[in-house]
Amino acid sequence: MRGITSLASLAFTLTTSAAFAAEGKRGMPQLDVANPLITSQVVWMAIIFFALYLLLSRWGLPKVELVLKARAATIAGDLDAARAAKVLSDAARDEMMSATQKAHAAAQAQVTAAVDQAKAEAAAQAVTANARLDRQLAEAESRIAAARASAVDALREVATTATVDVVARLAGFAPDQAVINDAVGRALTARAA
Amino acid sequence: MAAEELPSIDALGQFELTTSLGAFGRSVNFTQSNTMMLIASALVLGMLYFGMRPKAVVPGRLQALAEMGYEFIYNMCSDQIGHEGRRFFPFVFTLFFFVLMGNLLGLLPYSFTYTSHIVVTFALAAAVIVLTTVVALYLHGWKFFTYFFPAGAPKMLAPLIIPVEVISYLSRPVSLSIRLFANMVAGHVMFEVFASFVVMLAAAGTLGVVGAIGPLALNVVLVGFELLVAALQAYVFAILTCIYLHDAVHLH
Repeated sequence: MRGITSLASLAFTLTTSAAFAAEGKRGMPQLDVANPLITSQVVWMAIIFFALYLLLSRWGLPKVELVLKARAATIAGDLDAARAAKVLSDAARDEMMSATQKAHAAAQAQVTAAVDQAKAEAAAQAVTANARLDRQLAEAESRIAAARASAVDALREVATTATVDVVARLAGFAPDQAVINDAVGRALTARAA
Repeated sequence: MAAEELPSIDALGQFELTTSLGAFGRSVNFTQSNTMMLIASALVLGMLYFGMRPKAVVPGRLQALAEMGYEFIYNMCSDQIGHEGRRFFPFVFTLFFFVLMGNLLGLLPYSFTYTSHIVVTFALAAAVIVLTTVVALYLHGWKFFTYFFPAGAPKMLAPLIIPVEVISYLSRPVSLSIRLFANMVAGHVMFEVFASFVVMLAAAGTLGVVGAIGPLALNVVLVGFELLVAALQAYVFAILTCIYLHDAVHLH
């Protein structure tokens, strides 16, 4: 494609050149090899081009290279620093997370321990309270039993005395004490049951 | 109206060489074309000097321009030629900017386009071809000549393939130089022709002035087009140089 366009433009140039040449003018000045300026132009160009090449390769381009290398080094250094900082921050974050977890676990353990202790204390208190209540209950029951026994004894006495009196009044003789005791005991047990 | 009173179109006079720099130029045949080469070189060197003077990590405009030029050609060399391309980078850089500046400066009024001279473009192309041949001979010795007969091609076709390859190799400097020369000449001839139309039509009266707007507008469009051509042809010259150097370094 490039070849075609350049060929077309060349053909255009050459035909225009030919047209002007036909008009009686000179052809393309570029092809006028008899002109000494054509040769000198190339010689001077060779000198200028070589000088430009030397200046660029020895002086100009190394300056650019230096700056580009310095920039690449700066960027690489900054990236390394950023990576190192990231590693540090990751480590710090991990440390913080583990510390948080540890603190969490410790707090949980303390809470559990406190709850357990409170439960144990409450249980112990309940046990002592129960024991005291049982003891008081037992004492009260024993007191009640004693009172009941004394009351029953008093009743037996009264019943025996009353029975002896009733028998003596009705029958006119003093009854056998053992029989009376036995009968009162039977009657009392029958009532109590 | 007599024919001699008509302003004639002198499309090729712009390519006429004259001496420059006064008496010095006359004595050593220093042409205006060479003056433009000096200006072009000074611009390239100035771009690098003033651009790279701040040595900033974050570049300013001119430094960015210099660095972009550097990296553009550097990447072209390393992409096209490969790792060895770095050695040819200063040459390709010089070549590209010499051609580019010549093309662009030529678009300024009253300047001269040195790339519109076939001897100039041919000298540059010859330098490229001599360099590639020398590099190929230096790197590969006599094996370089196998380049003209690709491995695996039938031996029967050797009498056909070898001349074709040799001719294609030898036509490289011709196509390289004529492509640039012809593009530059064609563009400038068209400028001159349309500009002459403007002058001739404007000289013909009121209706002519109105009619002259056409070629004038066309020339305005052409300037944009020629800017593209100027950059494109410099790029083509540089990338073909890289491709030829690739062939020289790698032999296919």
